[in-house]
Amino acid sequence: MDNALRELYQEVILDHSRHPRHHGVLESASHKAEGYNPLCGDRVTVYLRLDADSRVDDISFQGKGCAISQASASMMTQLLKGRSQADAERLMTGFLHLVKGEEASGLSEDDRETLDVMSGISEFPMRVKCATLAWHTYKNAVEEGKNAAEEGAT
Amino acid sequence: MTAQGKIAASFDAEKARADFEILSREVYGKPLVYLDSGASAQKPRVVLDTMRDFAQSEYANVHRGVHFLSAAATDRYEAARRTVQKFLNAAREDEIVFTKGGTEAINLVSYSYLAPCIQPGDEIVLTVMEHHSNIVPWHFLRERQGAVLRWVDVGDDGSLDIEALDAAINSKTKLVAVTHMSNVLGTVTPLKDIIARAHAKGVPVLADGCQGAVHEMVDVQALDIDFYAITGHKLYGPTGIGALYAKRAHLKAMRPFNGGGEMIREVMKDRITYADPPARFEAGTPPIIESIGLATALDYLSSFDRKAVAAHEHDLLAYAREQVGQFNWLRVIGDAPGKGAILSFEAEGMHAHDLATILDREGVAVRAGHHCAQVLMERFGVTSTSRASFALYNTRADVDALIAGLHKARGILV
Repeated sequence: MDNALRELYQEVILDHSRHPRHHGVLESASHKAEGYNPLCGDRVTVYLRLDADSRVDDISFQGKGCAISQASASMMTQLLKGRSQADAERLMTGFLHLVKGEEASGLSEDDRETLDVMSGISEFPMRVKCATLAWHTYKNAVEEGKNAAEEGAT
Repeated sequence: MTAQGKIAASFDAEKARADFEILSREVYGKPLVYLDSGASAQKPRVVLDTMRDFAQSEYANVHRGVHFLSAAATDRYEAARRTVQKFLNAAREDEIVFTKGGTEAINLVSYSYLAPCIQPGDEIVLTVMEHHSNIVPWHFLRERQGAVLRWVDVGDDGSLDIEALDAAINSKTKLVAVTHMSNVLGTVTPLKDIIARAHAKGVPVLADGCQGAVHEMVDVQALDIDFYAITGHKLYGPTGIGALYAKRAHLKAMRPFNGGGEMIREVMKDRITYADPPARFEAGTPPIIESIGLATALDYLSSFDRKAVAAHEHDLLAYAREQVGQFNWLRVIGDAPGKGAILSFEAEGMHAHDLATILDREGVAVRAGHHCAQVLMERFGVTSTSRASFALYNTRADVDALIAGLHKARGILV
């Protein structure tokens, strides 16, 4: 297999896509948003429970999609749980740089190491949108998803 | 050559392949295996050469020009129209309207033919296997004028239920808009039967021929069809050019689409009269070079025994179908009898985009996604499929590369 493919579909990513973490509806969500990739028809829903300080108290996602989008969503939920908004913002910015093959400054060493498995995507520009779908959906959930979660609860 | 290969003895795919320079290139160090002609076909050298030669030696704007080159270009442009006329066997050249593609051709019918006569509750009959270009223009009439879209289902094998279609046509039906060949399923619709049944109830028929015209011989007079849309780039021609065939009586009754130069007879401050069709629907400077390219592509395609080309493509489909049929991890979507050379499928544990990425690295270009047919995706309960589409320049070796790529992808992903 060529190196770029090996890098893209490495075991960590395939494991996340086959056994996604925090997968399913979060009943106690305070925020929620739906993401849609019109290119491939993939959908993802991100559920969040933010505490009084807007810290990510709990998070889950639901949806079906390619290995990259599922793995990215799964890793995102692991990474974001417990984070403050400022921290989450920093992670997302770093991640978006990383998948585009740009310098991802501002990430802690641990976070960089975790996210580094996704850096292979930068060799596949047509697939970057797959990797970023969940993150953009997370941001939408934080910014505009409060009412959506309340509607969903009723 | 194998026994099946000899069916297409009067068509030499290897020889035709040499007409397409791009097919000898590599991607990622692997020979290109182009199985995405359903999205857009590659262009033979003669098309590219003719376009360049024309631009270099005979080019000017068409019509109205007094000078030598304008007359020469106009002759070529109008000759291209006659080539399309001949290709579709239309009775008259002025029944061919050049458009920028199949999408614009269908939008033209929606805007200029149907919209002026749509009342709330009027119905348009469609099948669930239409491409978005034969759905969205009708949705416009639903949104804006209260038209009702009546959907005809396909069977699990992707074949059209002609009786269901017949039953969907009633006194409120204003148009039947149906694909000639599904871009996902490969299903070829029984146009002649559809048209006979629709006409028996006084309803006109539009066919989206963007795929159909590539693989099937089209005779609009024998079909007695009202509207037939084609696009150049799937017919081995350039992008930016397509055509609408419409019966003369329809064209004459249709209101203008785009407004601008060329489509008028006389423009005054307080009144305007329009040119006769087809000029009425060709506002502005048309895609002149592309029209020459389209005509050249149609001549190229017509230089072969079309039945032999179709037999060759069917052989490739059968060869591929037989092999994937042995994989219990792969589900083919679309198995209608007599279908065209398109193979759509979903593979267990492999999302279409992951599969397409891995195949791509093997040099194999397939399409992955909803193929602009989301209504059909819903019908089959999928969000996307992988699609290999075959053209005259494909060979069994291309199919072999696809199959090898599938195994490789399975090794990585599953």
